[in-house]
Amino acid sequence: MAVSSVQARTEAFFAERKSESNDRLRKVLIGLVLVSLYPILDRWLGLGLLGSLIPILMYALLAMGLNIVVGYAGLLDIGYVAFFIIGAYAQAFLTSPNSYFIRNGLVPGFVQNFWVAMLFSWVLAAIFGVLIGAPTLRLRGDYLAIVTLGFGEIVPDFFTNAAGITGGPRGIGQIAKPPAIPLPGDRSITFTSTDHFSWFYLLLVVGTLTLFVITRLYDSRMGRAWQAIREDEIAAASMGIPPVSTKLWAFALGASFAGFAGSVYSGYLNSVFPDQFQFSISILVLSMVILGGIGNIYGVLAGALIIGSFDRILSIKLTPPMNSLGRMISDWPTPFGNLGEFLARHELSSDRFLIFGLALVLVMILRPGGLFPSKQRAAEMQGDDDNFEFDDYESNQTLRAARRKEA
Amino acid sequence: MNWTLFFQMVIIGISTGSLIALIALGYTLVYGIVELINFAHGEVFMLGSFFAGTVIGLTGVTSENSTFQIVGTLLLALLASMVFCAVLNAFIDRVAYRRLRNAPRLAPLIAAIGFSFILQNIAIYWKGPNPIIAPKILPKEFTQYNILKRWDIFGGYFDDKFIRFMAKDVMVIAITIPLLIAMTWFVYHTRIGTAMRATAQDREAAALMGIDINRTIQVAFLLGGSLAGAAGMVALIYNSSARFNMGFQYGLFAFTAAVLGGIGNLFGAVVGGLLIGLIWAMSDGWMPTVVPGWGAQWTNTVIFSILVLVLIFRPAGLFGKATTEKV
Repeated sequence: MAVSSVQARTEAFFAERKSESNDRLRKVLIGLVLVSLYPILDRWLGLGLLGSLIPILMYALLAMGLNIVVGYAGLLDIGYVAFFIIGAYAQAFLTSPNSYFIRNGLVPGFVQNFWVAMLFSWVLAAIFGVLIGAPTLRLRGDYLAIVTLGFGEIVPDFFTNAAGITGGPRGIGQIAKPPAIPLPGDRSITFTSTDHFSWFYLLLVVGTLTLFVITRLYDSRMGRAWQAIREDEIAAASMGIPPVSTKLWAFALGASFAGFAGSVYSGYLNSVFPDQFQFSISILVLSMVILGGIGNIYGVLAGALIIGSFDRILSIKLTPPMNSLGRMISDWPTPFGNLGEFLARHELSSDRFLIFGLALVLVMILRPGGLFPSKQRAAEMQGDDDNFEFDDYESNQTLRAARRKEA
Repeated sequence: MNWTLFFQMVIIGISTGSLIALIALGYTLVYGIVELINFAHGEVFMLGSFFAGTVIGLTGVTSENSTFQIVGTLLLALLASMVFCAVLNAFIDRVAYRRLRNAPRLAPLIAAIGFSFILQNIAIYWKGPNPIIAPKILPKEFTQYNILKRWDIFGGYFDDKFIRFMAKDVMVIAITIPLLIAMTWFVYHTRIGTAMRATAQDREAAALMGIDINRTIQVAFLLGGSLAGAAGMVALIYNSSARFNMGFQYGLFAFTAAVLGGIGNLFGAVVGGLLIGLIWAMSDGWMPTVVPGWGAQWTNTVIFSILVLVLIFRPAGLFGKATTEKV
């Protein structure tokens, strides 16, 4: 009796999980089809937003990578831009004819191809993830955050100051683009900066692959180890999960995806310079992860879409109507000054910091799990560790399902 | 080796170092009690600078006025920005951190990062993205007044080619030292200061002894904020400019100072602040003459490296007690 009841519970649990994951797969596929149809819609309606969507997809890549570190493993990294810049410069070093390494004949010819260099940048960023993570991951949460912030400042500083190798503040230009892909009938897919179509689909393919890899990782042994470490490091360690190497994997993989995004980014822009990689990028990506739903990759994608589209589309498109509204009301005195005049002159793109900051503060206070919380994370962020009830919740669910089946 | 430059940089280092010490105390006070890295603290300091500038501008006193009026205005601005920053800091605690007191430790830190960005944007709304120039309140001869040269006992031995110990350096120290003494007195010799130390040691036990925890924490935020406000006013006069993003650099340098001295340790924060100030001045001014290829652009890298190295190898800092919890 007891055995069969346990068996029934286990079966019910896995059946539930399976139907859940099938359900999710269907939603993801529908979403992907919709997104991949977007360029046609864009051209049809003449929206002209495709060029702005490319950086948003880039942000989404970054946010997915940061989600491994912050969401899955629970390590707050506020210097994520360090790995982004390492990936971008690696691509530049390996493919630009102006780079120090190519001029001195240190880069073999086959590496100077966009795709090969991209793989190298990916691996290189992961290596730097290990190098930075290995000494620091013993530190407790908030100290780790500050150390990552330190690296997030040191690395771009290095690229600014070591001008002999990195070209200093002016950076490196002429970074390779992906070679044109020939199509039957004299045509080819080219990747110049104005080929929004091909870049969009390139990023979509890369992003889908990343999404696939990361969701598989989350369900793997490693993924469960990350969650265990995040929930309770000491308990996980005593169950035989090595804390440092598990965290190091999360850090290295998170770094590798940032490096990946960096290499695509520098190929897209054709040049890199250190001023593109400021602390605010780290916080931009962090606010996407936290707003969307820390630990829930689909939520994170939604967060990237929301904040990215404010940053790249809404703030630009909404400014002219707001200004003309301001000119219309023209005179509306408030204690802080004239509202009409303020609206007429204000540019929404100068509200970026406010939006990131508000996203972080409001989510933490009102909805700690984010807009689309992962079940576990929401429970964890809600209360203090002593009355953490997720386990009760899940076993109740399983029990209930088992009873339903027996009845 | 240029000893003159070296000693000149020591003087500058002590001035900026005591500024950093003031800010670092705010980090350490708050961390000691709630174990929160108050990331928005640097921005509170920056807004203090802006507020002091506004107050001086409102009084309309310039270097043309009488000494009495100038000193009075400076004291007024100091007091105003201290009150402003204290209230601002406590307000942030009230609306954000207090609600997160029982949340996982990263939640208030994330909220603090968020607040630091919100405050930066408020500063942009207030004064625009370009640096603001401090009102010209100090008489010109005062800012360029070399005390060593005028002091009779040295009998004119020091001229301007040797070390310049400016009157504004004296001003920084004259404001900082009394504040540090007052703060130490407050923490060690008043009832509420004792309550603060008790809360820092064991919050639950302190609550059981009848200490109002929320009020005590609020006092820590008020105290830290007021020191940041004083530092903001002094920085405005000393650098004669301020910018919306200056809180980031000063804040991180001060945090490094707090960590270097052992976070939670008041004495350590002061020593750490002076050390960081000295390193800053040396790296900016003296190192370029000694190390070929060195320049002020490496200062940030040096100080952040100190932060990283201290956290990795000696998280308890120079004077902190090692606790297993930190690593």
